[in-house]
Amino acid sequence: MYSLIGILAVALLILILFQLAKAGEYLGLLKGEKEANDRNNQVQATLFLGTLVFGMIGIFWSAWYYSDAFLFLRTPASEHGGAVKNMYFWTLGAILPIFVLTHALLFGFAYIYKKDDSKLSFYYPENNKLELIWMAVPAVVMVFLVLEGMRNWLKIMGPVPEDRTVLVIEATAQQFKWDLRFSGLDGKLGGKSVQLMDPENGNPWGQDWDDKANYDDFFAKDSIVLPVNVPVLVKINSLDVLHSFYLPDFQVKMDAVPGIPTQFWFTPIKTTEQRRVELNQPDYNYELACAELCGKAHFNMRRELFIVEQDQYEDWVKRQEPLYKTLKASASLEEEVEESDETIAAEY
Amino acid sequence: MASTDINVGTHTHDDHHHDHHDDHHEELNFFTKYVFSQDHKIIARQFLVTGVLWAVIGVAFSVLFRLQLGWPDESFPILETLLGGWAEGGKLDPEFYYALVTMHGTIMVFFVLTAGLSGTFSNLLIPLQIGARDMASPFMNMLSYWFFFIAGVIMLISLFIQTGPASGGWTAYPPLSALPTASSGSGLGMTLWLASMSMFVVSSLLGGLNYVATILNMRTKGMTMMRLPLTIWAFFFTAVLGVLSFPVLLSACILLIFDRHMGTSFYLSDIWIQGELLTNSAGEIIEGGSPILYQHLFWFLGHPEVYIVILPAMGIVSHVMATNAKKPVFGYHAMVYSIMAITVLGFLVWAHHMFLSGMNPFAGSVFTLFTLLIAVPSAVKVFNWITTLWKGNINFTPAMMFSIGFVSLFISGGLTGIVLGNPALDIGYHDTYYVIAHFHIVMAMAAGFGMFAGIYHWFPKLFNGRMMNANMAYLHFWVTFIGSYCIFWPMHYLGEAGVPRRYFSFSEFDFANGFADLNIFISVAAIVVFFAQFLFIINFFYSIFAGKKMEKLNPWGSNSLEWTTPIVPGHGNWVGKIPEVFRWPYDFSKDGHEITPQTTSEKDLEDIPAVKRIPTR
Repeated sequence: MYSLIGILAVALLILILFQLAKAGEYLGLLKGEKEANDRNNQVQATLFLGTLVFGMIGIFWSAWYYSDAFLFLRTPASEHGGAVKNMYFWTLGAILPIFVLTHALLFGFAYIYKKDDSKLSFYYPENNKLELIWMAVPAVVMVFLVLEGMRNWLKIMGPVPEDRTVLVIEATAQQFKWDLRFSGLDGKLGGKSVQLMDPENGNPWGQDWDDKANYDDFFAKDSIVLPVNVPVLVKINSLDVLHSFYLPDFQVKMDAVPGIPTQFWFTPIKTTEQRRVELNQPDYNYELACAELCGKAHFNMRRELFIVEQDQYEDWVKRQEPLYKTLKASASLEEEVEESDETIAAEY
Repeated sequence: MASTDINVGTHTHDDHHHDHHDDHHEELNFFTKYVFSQDHKIIARQFLVTGVLWAVIGVAFSVLFRLQLGWPDESFPILETLLGGWAEGGKLDPEFYYALVTMHGTIMVFFVLTAGLSGTFSNLLIPLQIGARDMASPFMNMLSYWFFFIAGVIMLISLFIQTGPASGGWTAYPPLSALPTASSGSGLGMTLWLASMSMFVVSSLLGGLNYVATILNMRTKGMTMMRLPLTIWAFFFTAVLGVLSFPVLLSACILLIFDRHMGTSFYLSDIWIQGELLTNSAGEIIEGGSPILYQHLFWFLGHPEVYIVILPAMGIVSHVMATNAKKPVFGYHAMVYSIMAITVLGFLVWAHHMFLSGMNPFAGSVFTLFTLLIAVPSAVKVFNWITTLWKGNINFTPAMMFSIGFVSLFISGGLTGIVLGNPALDIGYHDTYYVIAHFHIVMAMAAGFGMFAGIYHWFPKLFNGRMMNANMAYLHFWVTFIGSYCIFWPMHYLGEAGVPRRYFSFSEFDFANGFADLNIFISVAAIVVFFAQFLFIINFFYSIFAGKKMEKLNPWGSNSLEWTTPIVPGHGNWVGKIPEVFRWPYDFSKDGHEITPQTTSEKDLEDIPAVKRIPTR
């Protein structure tokens, strides 16, 4: 009902405006077309000038007002976040002055050069020197941004430096959840294939039980916990449609593609605790989201992520239970489990 | 058939004794004149009116999903009235939310900004501005419209089916779009989407080939390529882009149809869905395909598509600005070469949409290079537009207002392209509201403004010499201009905070949840702008039938050929001989003459006294 009244009110308003506009047309004819036109040019030119002034004020004020939420303005939570942040400032430094300058010229000229019937425009069809300048200057700036961007990009996407130990984890997406697998004590993720999947018999992710590296792999149950200052290589895959592994705080995003494994490595440098103090938000949490449309609950694939000190991480790992171990009770695997227990004991 | 008395293809420009007259339409009945017409001007009207109707639907969809985003906890009984089961209790169903998002994108990009903008003005202006009686093939031109019409009908049907229209985004990435079990919109809705798109590609190819052939072969005497108005240059390169890239979309669609219905696996591999391993009907496991292949094929059209949308707007704006500032377009040659450069580069940047798709990162860095290089010709165009205004004598007609608005939007949206084109920064911004802000400002809004500029400027040529009401147009401009910034500027802030696009609700995530005020602001602005478009629509349809009659042949003081036709041009455009052209279309304010139409020879010019005005220096 309210919507109906609202729509009727809007329709009425538009009709009134239409009548006024028609009346204005006749009024213009009465007053003389030239005079009406001159006045109109004055009005529109002034409005453009006003738009320039108030628009710029509005834009910069609102940007400042919301700047607390800008991820790039925070101290980076990941190692590569620092390089990306510099890139962000370089880019802003290039585009903001251009934005202000071109708008000032555009609306300024619109205001200054409004129609004057006693004048004729300046016939000025070309000037190759000017064209060259505004081709060369952007080209130089772009080349700089391209080189700097490529350098950072290839570094971020490149392999983890060999002198650093890396923690390999695996993110598996499906409608509509993320499952994170950790390699356990052996530091190796076991083999896994969609063709081995058998949720009814306790193998919901298709782990290959012939691969002993799987015996100590575990899936994070509630929260995902990672140690600070250790490079983490996330192997990303999907079981059904496209998803995207997205950690907003860490500048991490990579599509999960069924059939084609992808990966992203990053080094968290702020623990959750440190971040909470820094932002003065005692219940702040790092979050994992999906950033590629994957169906009706795409907006609801949340996991929490805790970055902790190394010893806390090790404590957490000890408390986790590998899927294989859980299956011990299962009759179908009993024999194998006993056998494998011996193997594990032998290895460690 | 209407073509029998025209045979335009065989005419040459110096055909003196052409018996074309206004009165030949006596032979046509209503059906052949207004429905299956082969007159490019009628076809332009058909594209325009169809485009406007689709725009109402497409924009209305955005208002529906903005209601959800602005007020996620409210219920809107009107939604249930309109959408029935898709909005039970007045709350949108997430599945239908995604259907609305998908349809909004598809409709606006293809039906409104491709067919409605390029279709309308290429058809109207190419023959009129190059001095031709019609297109190279009026029949193909007619088919182009009717294939578009069929595409529209199929898409419209898909809105009313039980499983809902396609809901996998306008990009329709598989596997989501390939698996009916993954989403209800991927069922019949997606089949119809693919059928509709295939028809649309056919329409676009028939039109594009025609535009290219007409521009290259049917220019009137004296109309060299470098005397073409910039509108025509823009339509020419738009058509080239379309002809070379749309077939790739068709191939992407066909392979997707195979994957959906014939058990192939071009895009599919190792899929576990709804508790089962995906197999074909023979029970074999689907493996070996690549979803990334589809993305390459899609964006090979998808990126040129944004230039297909924006180039015609650029051409229109260049022409309208020069005409109303009574000043030549600054750097005509640079403008032509920059359109050419954008066209070439436009083919080499598609994978910047796929930096994070899992594609080889080295490939990503190559695409960065070409992507940021596009800033160079774009900068040339912007500075040339600004210099066109410098020391001009600007008459703020409604078309001029929208042209200035276009330049502002193109700058604002273009600059953020420099941010997004950088893959290191794109990691953060990819698939966030920053992208939404960027492409809506630079492509959607800017192209929309170009379209409005074109409609207000050429309305008298489109609809029998009637004018639109200017006061309504000014109001329409200001609400739309300020409103567009109010809708899309704050989205940059959401993007800066990392808020992902295509989220039905933000309440699940702490990092995305703190912007209720901003989302309400955006939704209110969207609703205001939506209703403001009725200022245009009422003006548009009223003026078709009852607008003020044009008093002069050349109401805006333009130099180009279309204004040398009669107020109501018949099929064939000029009565008698097609005029000869002696100069480029931008001789404004030269040697004491405010305008010098292209048809004025040097000898004619000697007889015209210069105006007594102070030349600006």
